[in-house]
Amino acid sequence: MADVPNLMPALPEIFLVCAAMALLMLGVFQTGNEGKEGVKTAHLISNLSLTALVLTLLLVTTIASGPMRTFGGMFINDAFAVFFKVLVLIASALAITISQEYVTRQGIARLEFGVLILLATVGMMMMISANDLMAMYLGLEVQSLALYVLASFQRDDLRSTEAGLKYFVLGALASGLLLYGCSLVYGFSGTTSFDTLAALFGAHPAEAPSVGLVIGIVFILAGLAFKVSAVPFHMWTPDVYEGAPTPVTAFFSIGPKIAALALFLRIMIGPFGDLAAQWQQIVVFIAIASMVLGAFAAINQTNIKRLMAYSSIGHIGYALIGLAVAGQGGDGAVREAGIQGVLIYMAIYLFMNVGTFACILCMRRSDHMVEDIDDLAGLSKSHPMMALALAIFMFSMAGIPPLAGFFGKFYIFLAAVEAELYGLAVIGVLSSVVAAFYYLRIVKVMYFDALADSLEKPIGRDMAGVLVGTSLIILLFFAWPTPLLSAAAAATRGLFAG
Amino acid sequence: MHEFVHGGAAMIVQALAFYLFAFVTVTSGVMVISARNPVHSVLFLIAAFFSSAGLFVLLGAEFLAMILIVVYVGAVAVLFMFVVMMLDINYTEMRQGFLRYLPIGGLIGLVLLVELLVVVGGWALSPEAAHSGAAPMPAPGVLSNTHALGELLYTRYVYLFQAAGIVLLVAMIGAIVLTHRQREGVRRQRISDQLQRRAEDSVEVRDVPTGKGI
Repeated sequence: MADVPNLMPALPEIFLVCAAMALLMLGVFQTGNEGKEGVKTAHLISNLSLTALVLTLLLVTTIASGPMRTFGGMFINDAFAVFFKVLVLIASALAITISQEYVTRQGIARLEFGVLILLATVGMMMMISANDLMAMYLGLEVQSLALYVLASFQRDDLRSTEAGLKYFVLGALASGLLLYGCSLVYGFSGTTSFDTLAALFGAHPAEAPSVGLVIGIVFILAGLAFKVSAVPFHMWTPDVYEGAPTPVTAFFSIGPKIAALALFLRIMIGPFGDLAAQWQQIVVFIAIASMVLGAFAAINQTNIKRLMAYSSIGHIGYALIGLAVAGQGGDGAVREAGIQGVLIYMAIYLFMNVGTFACILCMRRSDHMVEDIDDLAGLSKSHPMMALALAIFMFSMAGIPPLAGFFGKFYIFLAAVEAELYGLAVIGVLSSVVAAFYYLRIVKVMYFDALADSLEKPIGRDMAGVLVGTSLIILLFFAWPTPLLSAAAAATRGLFAG
Repeated sequence: MHEFVHGGAAMIVQALAFYLFAFVTVTSGVMVISARNPVHSVLFLIAAFFSSAGLFVLLGAEFLAMILIVVYVGAVAVLFMFVVMMLDINYTEMRQGFLRYLPIGGLIGLVLLVELLVVVGGWALSPEAAHSGAAPMPAPGVLSNTHALGELLYTRYVYLFQAAGIVLLVAMIGAIVLTHRQREGVRRQRISDQLQRRAEDSVEVRDVPTGKGI
């Protein structure tokens, strides 16, 4: 009989999936799932989900020690995985925190909400730790399926249903592209293991890879670009972001993006690292297209959720510059600087986005949500603290020093200049200037436009807590950047050590 | 000598079984598309699945045979049956263009046939292929293929197996979240209420005066 595989590296995932199933059982067997009782059950499950996420976070950070592989090398837990898992867990926990009031008010407080977020988180952690094409695909599917359901969670709302359906159809297409790419790579190399693939391509660096293999890599790239919503695979993003319930949109813009980007980095640097000459131009193109589209398409938006969708496309463009730098080859230190830039960027992006969405979730007038930028007019008079927090996030997204967003962009552009990718750096700076226009327009609307109709007060304790926390992190990052910088450096070394 | 006769008899039985299953499969296949009543078509489809499962057993692939019956007959064909019975489609109307589309349909069929022949004709198995599999193939006769698959699935691929299970769980939760509604005015059977019912709760003894009603 075969030995039992070492379960230690995967313990956080196993714990989280068991917790999700236990909570599902607990919720289902609570008395009464409708009306007031149902809301109470949903709250209980949400709070317990939050606890489960925090416990998983503790597990992830305590288990971490050097790269550990298990399940026949299909699963890897290294410093890189730990870094991204921490980000994803924080993202899920914050998403549940800011969603509580919204789901109650909108009448969609159901116990499955928390459970689905937990299962999506499990999928993301599986993606981050994937060390095999099959493991990667299954992680992606667990995540995506849970997200399709979350997108149409407000099932009596036409736009939410439409968002879920659109996301499902296009997501299935992307999964198909990805699978086709995986099958080509497997067919031309004979293995699905990332380690074996890396060894295979590393052994004959001089030989040109076969055409089929390159096509396979391109298909995998396209599938992943869809998942991070990079141009030209971004079409679903604005519609889904606008239609999905706002806390779900907040979750979409952070968790899945961070996980998909982690997978993107791992697969491009790990197994296909020696074929960088094949994919680097594609990444450069995707990065430029995403930055430019994110900057220009957002200008005309009036709906703040759509605006955030385009903004997230732009941010992914900046992050992909780091990957392009890592694919440039040459000096090892420069490649590491590129990846490190991506990690720092994503960590800061997480807090900026959660904060902004917390503000959007507070935009409520006479018991229904408003989503237009004009509804923020005069916010500085009615809600001075919230206006200040939103202004901090907007300045940070625009990349104005000394806020954290500036440092995120700074490290990325610095790496691009060091790798002599001047074109990318220049286009990046120019498009962030264009993007600054619409970020600053929100600040202008809040501070200089006349107050029309005040938004509802008070904003609630959870929201206030999240807003204060995230804005302090963004504001004071420059004073104490060492923990994030050293964690990102360690994670980068972990990725390159394989 | 005796063994030879025995083997020969087995061969004959096997050949007979093959021709029987193959004949039933092909005939039911033809009937699926030519039967007038769509419900009959689905029934013929089930017959075709069953006899192809028999063919798989003859090949020694009993796991595939079981899957074919459990999944295709048990789930897919029954689903077809529901769909056919619930959708109100006028099949005679759909059939009217049959002759008109015959040439192009036949052409597509012919192209597919030629492509298949080219692929099968040019098929060559590389000599190393037998040894380069991810898992060693058990010697025939030692393990049944269900056993061999199970041994791989629950050891080497246990992670993927469990992950696939989670995918199915999420799909199930999703289907319930998106479609399940608590309807008003549904009478449910409450077994505990029924069991707790006593004669005193439901039977009332009244003293009825003679010559009057209640």
